[in-house]
Amino acid sequence: MPSAVSFENIACTFAARAGGPAYTAVKDVTLAVGEGEFVSVVGPTGCGKSTLLNVAAGLLRPSSGTLRIFGEPLAGINRRAGYMFQAEGLMPWRSALANVTAGLEFRGVGGDEARRRGEEWLERVGLAGFGDRFPHQLSGGMRKRVALAQMLILDPPILLMDEPFSALDVQTRSLMENELLELWSANRKSVVFITHDLEEAISLSDRVIVLSAGPATRPIGDFPIALPRPRDVAEIRLVPEFIALHDRIWHSMKDEVLKGYAQTRNRVAG
Amino acid sequence: MKRRLWPAQLALLAAIFVAWQILTQPGLLPPFVWENPDRAAFFFGEPVKMFQAIWAWFADGTIYRHLWVTLEETVLAFLIGSLAGLAMGLWLGLSPAASALLDPYITAMNAMPRVVLAPIFMVWFGLGIWSKVALGVTLVFFIVFFNVYQGVKEVSPVVLNNAVMLGARRKQLLRYVYLPSATSWLFSSLHTSVGMAFVGAVVGEYLGSASGVGYLIQQAEGAFDINTVFAGILVLTAFALVLDFAVGRAERRLLQWRPGQSETEQL
Repeated sequence: MPSAVSFENIACTFAARAGGPAYTAVKDVTLAVGEGEFVSVVGPTGCGKSTLLNVAAGLLRPSSGTLRIFGEPLAGINRRAGYMFQAEGLMPWRSALANVTAGLEFRGVGGDEARRRGEEWLERVGLAGFGDRFPHQLSGGMRKRVALAQMLILDPPILLMDEPFSALDVQTRSLMENELLELWSANRKSVVFITHDLEEAISLSDRVIVLSAGPATRPIGDFPIALPRPRDVAEIRLVPEFIALHDRIWHSMKDEVLKGYAQTRNRVAG
Repeated sequence: MKRRLWPAQLALLAAIFVAWQILTQPGLLPPFVWENPDRAAFFFGEPVKMFQAIWAWFADGTIYRHLWVTLEETVLAFLIGSLAGLAMGLWLGLSPAASALLDPYITAMNAMPRVVLAPIFMVWFGLGIWSKVALGVTLVFFIVFFNVYQGVKEVSPVVLNNAVMLGARRKQLLRYVYLPSATSWLFSSLHTSVGMAFVGAVVGEYLGSASGVGYLIQQAEGAFDINTVFAGILVLTAFALVLDFAVGRAERRLLQWRPGQSETEQL
């Protein structure tokens, strides 16, 4: 069976900005996400994690290499993927309900049908009764829930998530992580979850991919996470297996994180 | 700190008019600037006579026709100017090539004092309402255009990408993302653009017409009737206030999705 998402020798080089050299964000990336698999990608800050996700979404064309979605090379926007952005992606002029149903509207499903399904999803993410609020009237966590419902209402087989909860406080975050796991286990989709937080990665995923520091980021580690499901993200962190895994992965990452940190510091200094 | 201010504001207004009357009424104070006791009233008018003129206008109903004409011109100038500005702003905002080509022309036309176009419009459109509407349109257009252009340019790339990932095609992006974003900028310039439409209408009337409040002022000025000139100005000011109030109401309805300063609810 073909993988849901497979990167084959993907490289992304960005054209030079005002005289500087061209920047190679990612290079020689080959990795596959199986159907129904929850894969987290961790790496030091600024290593090109989001670049990979944009390639998978079809928002960015790789300089070389092929991206296959269920075995077929991707051309244009990936219509079988939902994307949850790190930054605010909700349309501020639409109410929560209208935001959730936006994707249905784009597909020509409107009126009562969209409304009914929108309300249903709002309820599922714990926002029943908040449908008529505008995004600015919701808290950060609630806006993330709306974004989650907005993506899941279209029932995409692939979910791309770019540090979706990084802006939330710790409590809200573990709540959201648990809710995500619950929604995911009810209807297994292939997930590519980008994060810089190793604990988050381990507690959520079936597999954790470690990226090297940029430039020319590539995967340097691939760790299966054989922890039992269903999981509670707060409790699983205390299990000895979790700690052992964390240790192992952290060891493989440490040098890269330090490298990435040094680079960022040099960039700031220079 | 929730004290009502309007009694004080009304009192201030009354005080201004009373002082005005005392300083200008012939023979009330011994003359101290001019020798002739009628001179102050000649230059500055007398509030009592102004209000008599206004009263006369409303009593015999002549003012309504003129107010209606001015309102008509204002509304038409606002609507046409806004639609043209919206269309042009969307087009140039979405087409970098067209925007680069037309940039110097837009800048030049915006920098030009457009009131000098009034005589040309008079020749083109005659003395009726359309020459005033045209003048108002040239004023409104640029305000709306620049706002919409800015609105299109500043659409958040994340919101845009999000809409794309949710399945929006190019046309849908225009309708669901660019247009709402641009119109929100249009609405936030509502006060200025309605004001400008009003200016265009009145200035146009003043420069040549057969009706409208600007025409009344111009007629009175021709007869050195300073009281009627001031009466016209007062009517215009009151009219502008009513217009501004109406715009404020419309704005609050249309922009209710925008965060206010302290109305954000964190739940």
